[in-house]
Amino acid sequence: MTYATAAPNLARTTVQPRIQPPPGGANGLPRLLPRQGAVPVDLRTHRERHGSPPYRGSSGRLIRVLQESGLTGRGGAAFPVHRKLAAVIEAGTKPIVIGNGAEGEPASDKDKALLWISPHLVLDGLQLAAEAVGSRAVGLYLHRNSRLQDRLRAALAERAAAGIDRAPVEIIDAPPRFLAGEESALASRADGGPALPRFKQPRVFERGVAGRPTLVQNVETLAHLALIARYGPGWFRSLGSAEEPGSMLCTVHQTDGTKDVVEAALGTPLWNLVDLEDSTAGGSGGSSPRANTAQAVLVGGYHGAWLPAWQAAQMTLSNASLRPTGGFVGAGVVVALPADRCGVAEAARVTRYLALESAGQCGPCFNGLPRIATVLDELAGSRPDPGALAAIRRWAGLVEGRGACHHPDGTVRFVRSALHVFAEEIDLHERGRCSARAVRPFLPLPADAPTTEADWS
Amino acid sequence: MRKQLGVDPIACTGHGLCAELLPELVTLDEWGYPILSDRPVPRGLEREARRAVTDCPALALKLGRAS
Amino acid sequence: MNGITGSTALWYASRATGVVSLLLLTAVVLLGVLVNRQGRLPGLPKFVVTGLHRSISLLSVAFVAVHVITAIADPYVSIRLAAAVIPFTSAYQTFWLGLGAVSLDLIAALIVTSLARAYISRRIWRGVHWLAYAAWPVALAHSIGSSTDMQRGVLLWMAIACTLAVAGAVLWRAARAARDVPRAERAAVTLAQVTAQPRSRPPRGGTPGSGRSSNPAYPAGPARPASPVRPPTDRIKEADLR
Repeated sequence: MTYATAAPNLARTTVQPRIQPPPGGANGLPRLLPRQGAVPVDLRTHRERHGSPPYRGSSGRLIRVLQESGLTGRGGAAFPVHRKLAAVIEAGTKPIVIGNGAEGEPASDKDKALLWISPHLVLDGLQLAAEAVGSRAVGLYLHRNSRLQDRLRAALAERAAAGIDRAPVEIIDAPPRFLAGEESALASRADGGPALPRFKQPRVFERGVAGRPTLVQNVETLAHLALIARYGPGWFRSLGSAEEPGSMLCTVHQTDGTKDVVEAALGTPLWNLVDLEDSTAGGSGGSSPRANTAQAVLVGGYHGAWLPAWQAAQMTLSNASLRPTGGFVGAGVVVALPADRCGVAEAARVTRYLALESAGQCGPCFNGLPRIATVLDELAGSRPDPGALAAIRRWAGLVEGRGACHHPDGTVRFVRSALHVFAEEIDLHERGRCSARAVRPFLPLPADAPTTEADWS
Repeated sequence: MRKQLGVDPIACTGHGLCAELLPELVTLDEWGYPILSDRPVPRGLEREARRAVTDCPALALKLGRAS
Repeated sequence: MNGITGSTALWYASRATGVVSLLLLTAVVLLGVLVNRQGRLPGLPKFVVTGLHRSISLLSVAFVAVHVITAIADPYVSIRLAAAVIPFTSAYQTFWLGLGAVSLDLIAALIVTSLARAYISRRIWRGVHWLAYAAWPVALAHSIGSSTDMQRGVLLWMAIACTLAVAGAVLWRAARAARDVPRAERAAVTLAQVTAQPRSRPPRGGTPGSGRSSNPAYPAGPARPASPVRPPTDRIKEADLR
């Protein structure tokens, strides 16, 4: 099916008329990913489905639409997108826009999946955001995965040939670090230096790359933006709740080890994402639970928080539901830990990884996290020292809020929730026992730790 | 207008002068890094606070507006 | 120029203040190295080290100023004011005086940037401050070359002692800096260290706002266990360029 693309009409302020009905089946999903499987969408299919990017012809017009839609960042911080754009515009001239596709979280695959399958939604969003803030300098920050980068380069070439991009997009390499996607680390890398977080003043949206106001948005956020620009805030709000509208991509890990990227409406019950059957009885100390029953659920990734499975069964994928228990939605990672694993040992492995991923810039972080990790490792072993819990709690209080970035805070959140949820397991360990039946690791972690300066560039 | 102490944790290398000059508002953790009080600087200590900021060898200590 | 057989008081004043300036500048360099490595003078708080470094550098400015002014004012030799700041423009002892002018310019840059420290970027301040390692040897060369007094006797020994002190301090600083853990390895090194050690006990330090320590000269610091094993509270030192 072919059609003529409507030229941007400078006089209108409303969204262009829909060329086709908005994406989503009977329940409104999926939006970002195509209906059938993981087949990458090429430019022609994309334009048939959604049309060309609906440029508005001037900067700032898109912001009101985004405000009405209530779109928040999908990179973890959930910051209102319209406010970020407005802040960048206010901060000065010659802004830079960078799409953040560096998904440093080992348990998260949603950005990679989105970039692989629907790159044009992301690239549309990038162009529309650039137009909204008046930028002609656009970048896309990606890990050094040659297949994914090749795919994006091919997509960019397609768009260049069709002439639909207003600003050229530069691909910026991200090192394979947990903190590589942190906003100031991204700006530092884009400036040609290592991907190390910087002190927060001035903020990146005020003075980021090359001293210019820099807008950093997660690639999924940009994809939603690209759809909202076409189909309007009302459509976006048809899913989710009034305070947390829309849908998001989640990486869900089931107890049998399978992993999926799914798109879900905000507010979806967690039991809809991971199998929490047989988990409503409460506690995991009963007589030989089935190996595949979930004992606990990790929400939000390795800076997120654990929930006992029975509690997770009552909660939804929303900050309103998760915040009261100290958790948050984050980047949509939901991991169901099977009952036959030791939760403390899993938490200890991840904490050790998080400690080694410290940028090593702030004393409390590179001193505190390794100590927390070491003692948590002791707790994961047999008959740990009685002072172990108190030591961890003391160090957690010491490192929280005292780094330049939120790495210590997120790690503390993860550790504290683990100590709470796996308290029974810790009791067992103190008596020399463990309820685990399987020893192979469950939570995904990369193999090599950073050791040299070059590992951060 | 009251001021508040802040620190750039990346620039800070744990010299510890701030704790010597301003013990009412700064203590050192077990690794030598400053723990800053989050209450605004009392008027009587403003001079000492400014001195601590200028004397910090790493220029890491900062005095900003109390939020 | 002949030796000590004097001409005017100005001449003596210039020589004397020159010698004192060199001693003071030597002290400033030594204290600067000490500040950078976070050392302390025995029994004194750390702010004394930075305080002395600053006070003595300002004192040396005063002595250098008098040294320059008396040399210019002295009618016995004709040195124009301009020659004191623009290197190698003096008719009298062009080269050695020129070195003095170079040193004066470098010291001026150091002092001005340090006074304006709060208003300039940290990188600029540090970059200029590194010039101290150029200013001092140039000042030394100027001292020895422009005055035969310093080329023998007590003053020569003094110059040698200053040189040994500065060289020793610089070598000490470089050796310590070579042992600093690079940023990218800090977390891993800490992890290795704490894994091998017993857990640290809670420190003696209190909470913020708990009042002045009982003896302001000896503020509570990290607990140091007596065992020969490297204390777990030892932190990784930063190679701060200062």
